[in-house]
Amino acid sequence: MKHANRNRLLFMGCLLVALLVLLPVTGCKKSKGDPMPPSGTVTGWDKSGDTKKYAAADLWQYMDGGADQYVQAGVVTTATADYKYQGQLEATVEVHTFNDATAARKLFDGTTAAGGKSVALGDVGLSYVQSAVFCKGKSLVRIVAYEASPTSQDALVALAKGVESRL
Amino acid sequence: MANRREVLKGVAMGAMLLGTEENGLAGMMKSAAESSAKPRVILATDKNVRGGGVQPDEKRVLDLLDKAIATYTGHNRPVESWKQILGSAKRVTLKVNMLGGKGLCTHPILALAVCERIQQAGIQAGDIIIWDRNTHELERNGYTVSMDKNKIRCFGNDAPGYGFEESSVSFGKATVHLAKILTRESDMVINMPILKDHGGAGITFAMKNMYGVVQKPNELHGGNCSPYVADLNRIPEVREKVRFTVGDALTACYNGGPGFKPEFVWEPNSLLVGADRVALDYTAWQWIEQKRAEMKMPTLAAANRSPKYIAVAADAEHQLGVADPRHFSLLQV
Repeated sequence: MKHANRNRLLFMGCLLVALLVLLPVTGCKKSKGDPMPPSGTVTGWDKSGDTKKYAAADLWQYMDGGADQYVQAGVVTTATADYKYQGQLEATVEVHTFNDATAARKLFDGTTAAGGKSVALGDVGLSYVQSAVFCKGKSLVRIVAYEASPTSQDALVALAKGVESRL
Repeated sequence: MANRREVLKGVAMGAMLLGTEENGLAGMMKSAAESSAKPRVILATDKNVRGGGVQPDEKRVLDLLDKAIATYTGHNRPVESWKQILGSAKRVTLKVNMLGGKGLCTHPILALAVCERIQQAGIQAGDIIIWDRNTHELERNGYTVSMDKNKIRCFGNDAPGYGFEESSVSFGKATVHLAKILTRESDMVINMPILKDHGGAGITFAMKNMYGVVQKPNELHGGNCSPYVADLNRIPEVREKVRFTVGDALTACYNGGPGFKPEFVWEPNSLLVGADRVALDYTAWQWIEQKRAEMKMPTLAAANRSPKYIAVAADAEHQLGVADPRHFSLLQV
């Protein structure tokens, strides 16, 4: 009996040590890893390919002249991935991570169009028929769809929430 | 072919469509038919080009292209028009623009329409390449990538065996390594940009599209891309081979470019065609300014990104074309 208890204690101890070792790793993955939701985690949305990441110095390779305003604002990295909604509506997610939250917010304020619908996304969020944009801390997230549909706006907000939960 | 009366009618209609101001596009078109000797810019529009759908219709795009080219050359038959434009060129490449992604790139059906017509004018399919910065972007935006020399080829500067010349070339402040597709595969390049606002340069259309023919375009972005855009276009390989532009204004953006931000996109359902790259860019600039004014947005100058490179391209040092609307003819059909 004593032997069994000792084994059980030993097992629990090992489990605790394993959890203590693994938890920070998985936590790190969530906060600093891929911000893009895998296929199936947001209803209707499938990820079409790998996430691509660009450091500030390489951002021009993704957006050429469009990179300048992000670099000047202090972008550190940009991650991007393509998605499809219900096998049809195509969209691209961009997650721009800045040095600080002020820079992200400044770019958000300076680049969003009038007419957006305010949505509960991150610190501030706007939704349009074909796009959703929000800031959360140091991150500025922009999602665009390549066509408009009756469901595109709600679908984009759902995908945006999926991204938000991983930041 | 659109005869003179139709062109003039088109000009008058254009003035009506685009407003009655003496300046801006409408003002430019009122003086359009003054001289046939002036460089010509053709603005061809089909408001039903999408045929009730979301994407432009293949047949209507081909018809629109024919209308634009016929007005430009004065020939009835597209074959004759294209023979005149192509001259003695045997290997013809189409430099498209993929940067804005599927929502704001040169429409594949427009590129294919040009391919169809230049083949009819005598260019072999295997001597045509549709190209831009990289193959992935072409594929992603709906182009059929191919390196089969028996067919129309389509790939980017990053395709195996291509890339950029080892030795650099310069003009003014621009020192660049040119794409081998330009230097080794092209007798003539048909420039196929898409009409866009640009966060640095102000606008991007004919001349700025050449940033896709160099290895490191990021080195040419200072000073609102001026004088770099003009300098790059003045480099002999670029100036001499890029002789004609079929500009895509089926879809365009008036702010937030060069990337795709759908909230700033509009659908002019038009093509902007001509050989004078400076006159084309001047027209594109006025058009974007007009749209920005309509949308109650500040001018590009007020936004601190006036496209200064357009005037530079027309100066005595560059002589790439005409930046004064009194000295070119803008015709709308």
